[in-house]
Amino acid sequence: MERIATADPGQVVLEVKGLVAEFPTRHGPFRAVDGVSFDLRAGETLCVVGESGSGKSVTARSILQIVDTPGRIVAGEVLLHRHRTARGTGAEETIDLARLEPRGKAIRAIRGRDIAMIFQEPMSSLSPVHTIGNQIAEVIRLHETVSKKEARARSIELLRQVEIPRPESAVDRYTFEFSGGMRQRAMIAMSLACNPSVLIADEPTTALDVTTQAEILDLIKRLQESHGMAVMLITHDMGVVAETADSIVVMRHGKLVERGSVEDIFYAPQHDYTKMLLQAVLDLDRPSERRLARRAVQAIGGPVVEIRGLVKEFDLRHGFMRRKGHVLKALDDIDLTLHEGENLGVVGESGSGKTTLGRCLLRVHDPSRGEMLYRASGGAVADVATASGNGLERIRRDIRMIFQDPFASLNPRMNVAQIIGEPLLVNGVASGAALRSRVAQLLDVVGLPAAAMERYPHAFSGGQRQRIGIARAIALEPRVIVADEATSALDVSLRTQVLDLLLELQERLGLSFIFISHDISVIRYFCDRVAVMFRGKVVEIGETEEVCTNPQHGYTKALLSAVPHPDPRHRGMLGRHRYEAGA
Amino acid sequence: MLLTYIIKRILWTIPFLFAVSIVAFALIQAPPGDYLTTFAATLAQSGDMVDQERLEALRTRYGLDQPFIVQYWKWISGVLVGDFGISFEWQQPVSNLIWERMALSLCLAVSTLLFTWAVAFPIGIYSAVRKYSIGDYLITTLGFLGLAMPNFLLALVLMYIGVVYFGADVGGLFSPEYQTAPWSWPKFVDLLKHIWIPVVILGTSSSAALIRIMRANLLDELNKPYVTTARAKGLSEFRLLLKYPVRLALNPFVSTIGWAFPQLISGAVITAFVLSLPTAGPLLLQALLAQDMYLAGAFILLLCTLTVVGMLVSDILLALLDPRIRYR
Repeated sequence: MERIATADPGQVVLEVKGLVAEFPTRHGPFRAVDGVSFDLRAGETLCVVGESGSGKSVTARSILQIVDTPGRIVAGEVLLHRHRTARGTGAEETIDLARLEPRGKAIRAIRGRDIAMIFQEPMSSLSPVHTIGNQIAEVIRLHETVSKKEARARSIELLRQVEIPRPESAVDRYTFEFSGGMRQRAMIAMSLACNPSVLIADEPTTALDVTTQAEILDLIKRLQESHGMAVMLITHDMGVVAETADSIVVMRHGKLVERGSVEDIFYAPQHDYTKMLLQAVLDLDRPSERRLARRAVQAIGGPVVEIRGLVKEFDLRHGFMRRKGHVLKALDDIDLTLHEGENLGVVGESGSGKTTLGRCLLRVHDPSRGEMLYRASGGAVADVATASGNGLERIRRDIRMIFQDPFASLNPRMNVAQIIGEPLLVNGVASGAALRSRVAQLLDVVGLPAAAMERYPHAFSGGQRQRIGIARAIALEPRVIVADEATSALDVSLRTQVLDLLLELQERLGLSFIFISHDISVIRYFCDRVAVMFRGKVVEIGETEEVCTNPQHGYTKALLSAVPHPDPRHRGMLGRHRYEAGA
Repeated sequence: MLLTYIIKRILWTIPFLFAVSIVAFALIQAPPGDYLTTFAATLAQSGDMVDQERLEALRTRYGLDQPFIVQYWKWISGVLVGDFGISFEWQQPVSNLIWERMALSLCLAVSTLLFTWAVAFPIGIYSAVRKYSIGDYLITTLGFLGLAMPNFLLALVLMYIGVVYFGADVGGLFSPEYQTAPWSWPKFVDLLKHIWIPVVILGTSSSAALIRIMRANLLDELNKPYVTTARAKGLSEFRLLLKYPVRLALNPFVSTIGWAFPQLISGAVITAFVLSLPTAGPLLLQALLAQDMYLAGAFILLLCTLTVVGMLVSDILLALLDPRIRYR
């Protein structure tokens, strides 16, 4: 790779001044971005932080004028100081991107060449029917006159730069043949194809596991150093901000709340909202006081669920006589015990089998081998693995589930009364007026007004929807709740609220939780014990604090060291511990 | 990878065709009686005496007294070497009767399909990209009209207009002088002059349906994140549209080939009657009414084969278009 001419570090290459973007709605225009200003400097990283709906994505898209229709820029300037970038000719050349025609040639020449962008969901952000090489070469050939062969050679070189193994063959493969992390690498390769002077990354690691996230952030950092790019990183994760930012912009409801250097924001935040955001992150990074206080008063009881030697195999064999493919062991000899009134965390990366575990316990999947003994309130013991008919129905009334996605797990065509009332109705517990009053009572328990009953899920925010999901889960007065990534889709400030609600419900209803998550900080806050899963096995189990502060297994160490710390003075991620299976 | 898929898919059609042939034969055997009972009834109606012994002799000669499986075997073993048997009614080998009509049917179906695509593809794209514009509303209205109107009615209207206002010769696929003439260049030109009327008539409703399908598919794809990615690369809107969302919206479009073929051929029967087209539909109907077993059987088998081949073509095209199908 030839040495790339870089801009002088610290020079302002992109200036956003008083940017306003609006979406016309039936009730007049909605201001998604309201007078936002900031600078991007060569070789530096600006993190834009905010919760969902804060307008951070629209801000990023406004820079390239690719806001989804019908959104548009109404005011403000986006100044690209081209003469200060590697592409500059020396003469002063400042372009106001906001003035350019959104479909015109001028802005198209800048997109992908001067300013490149990486998106959140690497699966859906790349075309599934074109090869990786095709999509990378396209950018190159769009902005530079090179032959197909040369473009291909450069694509391979780019794939090598982003550390994709065997780039010569990877170039001809399709996105669905790659894992999430590899797809994001390919996406980064694509964005770097024309050596952009500004890289905008919109939640580039949100859909990835922590260890993969650490690798991707690491990669962006190194490429930034070698290319001298200005990076604008959009994220909701304060940990990621602390790890990567040089300066920070905090956004809320489309407005810029506070901006400053990473030290200023983290150690001397001025605005209440910034303080609240930081506090929410700090709150999560330690055990909940409420939980500790409760455990002091009421000790954890005897076992409710005992899982012994649980195995779940998925048969992936196919072809003639099923000779191709293999049998996937999603759960490999799991032993776990959940005690009465206990919160047992299950942590692991995607593909570790944690979700399969939860689903086996509810018999969504039938386990291949092993037993899951459930002790009912009367003391009778039943094996969930072999239960059927009435027996299984009774167990399912006692073990309920809360799902990850508060949008997908509520039927959009049912109103809240129907959603929460459904388990009561199908189990013949209540109907008619009794059902309505029970639903109202449940809504009250989860902190929603009874008036919510008549409304449909789309009328609620993510946090409120998750409360509806919780109300549905506790409707039958269960004893065990399996919460699968119940807070992952929520903003940080909402996570603590929902977790506190679950703790409150535990006190009132005597619940035990199996809490499945990939997020260590949430587990630390909520769980008494934690089981670490890796490739279908429990590699470590113990008291949460013990596991978090003194991990024994190599994988746990790797997992913990990959978690970004919300403290810019402890950027530990780059010197993190790596774990190779079998090592 | 692709080649193995195609070979596998082609091999699969063999047992499928075999099953189809059994069903086809069972279907034509299904009505009570056989050709001879229908024949006797026609004779009796016209006052002729029916000689029972002669009927029995004929029955033995045609093998109609044999069990189903034997009759099937005799038929299918003939078909495999290209002998479709003798038509009772026409007293001619079936193969003499069907090939020209099947070829014209196929020709009509293919032209209609091409016409449908040529109309539906650009209009569907326009309709999706300019959603809720005046043009979109106009197309949608016209599309629903096209969907709602029965083909034969449109045929009658077009014929009326053609004859009364243009004095055109609208029936059939050929002018009288070419009807029995052997194939030649002028005959082909004559065919082209006639074929557009049935093509437009048959194509209207399927174009309307395809426009709706294309519009809905493309609307789903237009807001996908990969479109934003492509835009962020600096692609022009037009190239972007054709390369990404349209390409993905094509999948369901291509799947329609499978069912469009048989639908065009069997759905064309009434229109073929109205326009007196020399295609397969009218002859098939006649053969079914007369219980002319071998003639009807040959038509049904060929129609089913066309369906199976249509499915094969659409599957192979899908695999070419979408790598996700290939790699399963």
